[in-house]
Parts: sequence; C-alpha cells; structure tokens
Amino acid sequence: MDKTHSRRQVAAIKHSLFDQGYLDEQFIQLEELQDDANPNFVEEIVTLYYRDSSRLISNLDHALERNPLDFNKLDTIMHQFKGSSSSIGAKKVKAECTLFREYCRTRNGEGCRRSFQQMKKEYATLRKKLETYFQLARQAGPQETAFPPK
Amino acid sequence: MNLSNGKGSMSTVTTTAVMKSGDAVSDQFPAGLRVLVVDDDPTCLMILEKMLRTCLYEVTKCNRAESALSLLRENKNGFDIVISDVHMPDMNGFKLLEHIGLEMDLPVIMMSADECKSVVMKGVTHGACDYLIKPVRIEALKNIWQHVVRKKKNEWKDAEQSGSAEEGDRQPKASDEADYSSSANEGSWRNSKKRRDEEEEAEDRDDTSTLKKPRVVWSVELHQQFVAAVDQLGIDKAVPKKILELMNVPGLTRENVASHLQKYRLYLRRLSGVSQHQNNLNNSFLGSQEATFGTISSINGIDLQTLAVTGQLPAQSLATLQAAGLGRSTAKTGVPMPLMDQRNLFSFENPRVRFGEGQQQHLSSSKPMNLLLGIPTNMEPKQLANLHQSTQSIAGLNMRVNASATQGNPLMMQMPQSQPRGQMLSEKTGPRVPRLPSSLGQPTVSNGISNGFLGRNGIAGNNRGTAYNPVPPNSSLLSFPMNQSSEVSVNNSLPLGSSPGISSITTKGSFQEEVTSGIKASGGFPSYDIFNELHHQKSHDWEITNPGLTYGASHHANPLQGNIDVSPSVLVHQGFSSTQQTGQTRDATLIGKAMFSLGEGSEQDNLQNAVQHLHPLLVDNSIRVKAERIPDASSQTNLFPDHYVQEDLMSALLKQQEGMGPAESEFEFDAYSLDNIPV
Repeated sequence: MDKTHSRRQVAAIKHSLFDQGYLDEQFIQLEELQDDANPNFVEEIVTLYYRDSSRLISNLDHALERNPLDFNKLDTIMHQFKGSSSSIGAKKVKAECTLFREYCRTRNGEGCRRSFQQMKKEYATLRKKLETYFQLARQAGPQETAFPPK
Repeated sequence: MNLSNGKGSMSTVTTTAVMKSGDAVSDQFPAGLRVLVVDDDPTCLMILEKMLRTCLYEVTKCNRAESALSLLRENKNGFDIVISDVHMPDMNGFKLLEHIGLEMDLPVIMMSADECKSVVMKGVTHGACDYLIKPVRIEALKNIWQHVVRKKKNEWKDAEQSGSAEEGDRQPKASDEADYSSSANEGSWRNSKKRRDEEEEAEDRDDTSTLKKPRVVWSVELHQQFVAAVDQLGIDKAVPKKILELMNVPGLTRENVASHLQKYRLYLRRLSGVSQHQNNLNNSFLGSQEATFGTISSINGIDLQTLAVTGQLPAQSLATLQAAGLGRSTAKTGVPMPLMDQRNLFSFENPRVRFGEGQQQHLSSSKPMNLLLGIPTNMEPKQLANLHQSTQSIAGLNMRVNASATQGNPLMMQMPQSQPRGQMLSEKTGPRVPRLPSSLGQPTVSNGISNGFLGRNGIAGNNRGTAYNPVPPNSSLLSFPMNQSSEVSVNNSLPLGSSPGISSITTKGSFQEEVTSGIKASGGFPSYDIFNELHHQKSHDWEITNPGLTYGASHHANPLQGNIDVSPSVLVHQGFSSTQQTGQTRDATLIGKAMFSLGEGSEQDNLQNAVQHLHPLLVDNSIRVKAERIPDASSQTNLFPDHYVQEDLMSALLKQQEGMGPAESEFEFDAYSLDNIPV
C-alpha cells in the first residue's frame, strides 16, 4: 500500500516536473540509462551536476561584480553552465542561460544580472524538487520510469 | 563503388553477421569499440560514459585534452575513435582534433552545446568526422562505429589499389588523375575497376585486420623522406604510389602513404590559409606526421621546440635535429649557424619551399633569430661570410629540406646566380631539413608563411627581387608566387636591412641570395652582386628571419637558438623587404632597419637577447647594421628610399598574410607592426 502510494506520488511529482517545464526529454534519456547495475544513476548525475555547477555559479557571481563587465568571459562561463544544465534536462535553467547569453551578446549588463538572478532561482527550485523526488523514489523502490506526456 | 556491396545490409549495430561479409572486425562489432571521450564537464562526461557503455562500447574517459593526448600516444592502437568537446580549458578542441588526426589518424567526433554553423564548419574543416550537439542523445552515439568503419575502408581502398588513385577521394576524378602523372593516369580510369576487384579481395582477406590495422608511426625520418619524395614529385603530382616508390621504405604501404599525404595536403592547405601561423605549422602539422618536416624546421629551433612540446617530435629527434642543424651550422660559423639552423628549419617549414634554401643560408640563426634580429644581421660582413658558410651548412640543412625534394639542387639551380648559395644549399641538404621538402612540395603552405619568408628570401636574397621566385623546384616555392612578387621585394628588403654590414643579419640574407639566384630573380638584382657578397649571407639571415616564418619559429622559442621572439616585428620587417626590390643592399639595410626597429619591441629585446645570447656577433651586427646601413651608401643608398618601399612591402606582406588566412597564432602581425617600424 505504502509502496504503491509512494510510487504514485513519485510518478505524480515527475509528471508535474515535466508539465511545469522544469525538466525535458534529456531527463528521460538519463532515466533510461538507469539499470540494475546503476539503480541510482540519475540521482548521482544530478548530484554531480549541482556540485560542479555551483563552482560555475560562483564564477559568474564574481564576474558579474566586476566593473566593467567582461561579457566574453561571462558568455564563456555561461556556455559551460548551459551545456551542463542541458545534459541533465534542466529546462527552465537552460532557458535562462540562453537569455543570459543573449544579454551578453548585446552587452546588456543589467539584463545579464537580472537573468542571472532568475536563473539562480530556477536552479534552486529545481534542486529542491529533485531532492524530494529522489527521496521518494528511493523509498518507493525501483519502478518504471514514467514518461512525461508528449 | 562497390564499397557498400558487401555491407549493404549492415544497417544495424548488431548485424554482426552482415558485418562479417563486409569488413567486420569481429562478430561483436561494433560492440567492444574502444572509445576515448574527452570533456572537461564532469556531468557530461559521466553521462556520455554511461551511454557509451550502454552501447556496449569500451569507454575511457578523460577530462583534460593533454591527458587524452598522452593516453593516445601511449596506446597508439588502443582506441578506435575519439569523442571530444570543443570548449575545454587547457586546449582547444580543434587543436586536439588536429593533433589526433596527424599523429594517430583516428576518427574524431566533436561535440558542443554550441550549434552555431561556424563552429560546426570549423569542426568539419579541421577534420572531424562528425559533430554532435549537446545534450547528446544515446541514439547519436549508437552509430559512431560507422566512422571507424568508413575510415578503415578508405585506408583499405588505398592500400589495395596500388596503381589506382592514391586516395579514395581521388578516384572519382579520373580525368584529373590523368594530369597527375603517368602512374596516376593509368590508375584513374582503371582504378575504379581495379578498386572494386581489389576491395572485394581485400575484404575477404582482411576481415579481422580491417579495423585494427597497425598504425604506421610517421617518425621524423620517415616524414622527411615523405616530404622529400613529395617535393621531388611536386605536390600536385605526388601520387601515393610514386611517393612510396621514392621513399622505398620496406613495410610501408601505399595506403599509409595515401592517408599521410591526405593529411599533409590538408595541412598545407591550412597553412596557406592561415598565413603565417607558423606555430600552426609547427604545432599542428608537426605533430606526428609533420614531425619530420616539422623537425627540420624545428631544428631551426622554434619548431623543434614546438614539436617537442607538442610531444610530436620525440625529444630525441628534436635533439638530433637540433644538433644536426646546429652542429652543422655551428661548425661553420659557430654562432650564426645555430641561429640559422633554427631559422632555417623554421623558416623552412613555413616557407617550406625555398625557404629551406634561403634559410639555410640564413645561417643557423633559424628564422626566429633572423626575424628577431630584425636587427639586421648583426653579424658583420665577416660574419656574414661565416654565416654564409654556416648557412651553407645550414642551407645544406635547409636546403635539404628543399633539396630533399629536389635534392636541394633545384633551389640551387634556380638560383643560378647565387653561386655561393648554391653551394650552401647543396651542402646541407642534409637530412635535417625534412621540412624543406615538405615546404617545397607545398607551395600553398609556404604561402602563408613562406610567403613572408620566401618572399623575403626571394626578394632579399635574390636580388631581391628575382631571387625569390617561389618557383621552387619542389613546388613549395611555387606557392610563394604571390609572395614572390610582393615578397620578393620583401626579401630584398630584408637583406638590405642587413645591409652589407649586416651580413649576419639573417641567414636569410644569404638565403636571399640563393633565393634570388634560384628563384629567378624576380626583381632585378641590381645590387645583387653586391648583395651577394655582402648580404649574401645576410640576406639569408633575412630570409630566414622572415618575420612571418621565423615568427612562428621564434615564437616557439627556438630551443636552439634561444628563442628569439621574432614575432611580428620581424615580419613586418620582412614585409618591408619585399617592397624593397631595389637593391639588395637596400633591402638589407631596410630590413635591417625594419627588423631592428621592429626589434624595438619586446620581441626584439628577446630577439636581441636571444641573439646576443647566441650570436653575440649578430647582435652587434644588428646594431651595427643600423648604423652601417646608413653609411653603406653604396649598397644602402637605397636605404632611405627603400624606406617607403619597406612600408609597401610590409603592407604587401601584411596583405598576403591576411590573404592567407587568419593567422591564429602568434604570428599576428597586424598592420600595427608596420607602424612600429620606424622608417
């Protein structure tokens, strides 16, 4: 009972994550890679992502504090960050990264800062949601991956 | 082609049976495919690894390009394919791609979150066999085995068709082949037929070896031989079969030569497009394959270093080359030689063509030196003489490069006038200059660099005008044609710079002489005689110092020479020489001036220091040159008038460089350098 309930909960969370645009297809790809040999593969990857990207975020923070802004450098760091985020399927985060890069391209410092703040918000939100998701998933035990509605 | 015949059904990864009929290596192919994945992003790296494992490939992951390269070098046959990210902190993905292509000849797939067309295009031009956009999907990875098969197939085809077109991509050009050479002719239309037959036979024969052919390591010597053969045949007529025959290396197959030739051509093309990026030349090209000729140039000092650094040139070879270059030169002139060697070598590489010749003359002061020396050969006339000698030896070396292709004589021949040079050239055609031949054979390549250089040499040396006709016997010089006209003057200018007093300025000067003679004195050699004597050596120096050429070399910090950072200043300098077609002396003086003035910059300091370090004489000369230049009314009267010439040269030179393509590396001597030249 509990298990079923947990599983349903997990499925619901995942469903909503996709519905609300937090995650995209790439996340499914990761889940498909998960198997008995690596039962927590997705969680490991996400953990690795958050660990590594925090470094990039602090780099961006520092770079944004400088005056004048070095847009090329900002763009380079963000390019890296975007690549990383897209590889785990972090859709909203990725969108903000694209926006940020566009501001870099047009040398819009204020725009960069704004979009960076927004991106950090999305980044933090996603993290919390995924943590909940993984926790529940572990409790529920191995289950089929639920595909988001296409 | 029947290539697909046997493998028509190989549509799925798991059709091993089908593969067998084709050129499947084993029953499980593509399972077990050994993939090396390089990406600095740990998240992506881990995901890729998992995906590739799921495809049943054998994965090795690496987060740094350098370690990936060393991994590949240590296990030459340990991997089947490489997947690399474009943006990495320690090394540009494209650079890695080039290295791998040259050294190991493995298929490389690039990937990036960047999907803009220009980057993808860059990947293609650098030789990537595929480009994936991140985030990468597993479906995209499932099919990467096709690249391995394709590559093997191509190599196979080449190997099988002894008489056919050397490269797979040549085959369709039956008519073109006819133009290549008789052997090519015979193969062109027959190739396709033969090929089909051969392919089928080959397939039957080589089931297991198709994908796991032992790789030929293109050592320095081997590459030198290769370049020599290519030069001899002429880059346009160089057919793998003939090259193979010329090289006469047991165990070397036509396919090895064919694929090497392909890379070489690509390299040359890139060189010409990159204009002066000597570094590129040295670096990328020098890698595995180019090592041989890279070495030669490296001997110049710069290249060697580069090579050594890039790991392409085994330390030993480097040392050998350097020693050879230096030894010879040093023997002769002592100081100058080393410089020349470096330069020569270096310049050799760049100009490939004539440069070798001229370069050698340049004296040991490998290009970098010369260039740096901008300071017109500090060497005094005596030194010049020495240089001359040394250059001779160097020339021999350099020449070798050139000569190797044509036996150095071509260069010499070209310069009927330059008697002394001829000697020099022929002398050293030594083995060292593997580069030269390559350069010779690569007219285009030289264009980039040699243009500056050759142009200079030709100009400077030749009579500062004619001398440098790029008409390299090996064709490397040919590439210079553009340079020649403009460059030629450049060379002249260079030698002029060195002006009589500057004999040592650059072996280039000497080179110039030779160049002029050989090259066909593009301009008049009014002062040729004078120049010959005086600048003869100097011009070589000049030549050698071709800023463009040496630039790269110097840039690489000629180990030999003490890394004269010739850098752009030199180039500029050279540029000017080209314009100075007028008296050689003038050029020399001008060049000297230019160089000297250029040297004003940091580079010069380096150069100067380096030069001083290496060639106390040279350094002195440079200074002296300046002073002398002016006084050398006879030879340098033109100095002043040449002044503008120089500028013209510079612009010409610059233009050329620009034309050549973006000089990525150091050799970026922009117009700004011209400005620096105090005229």
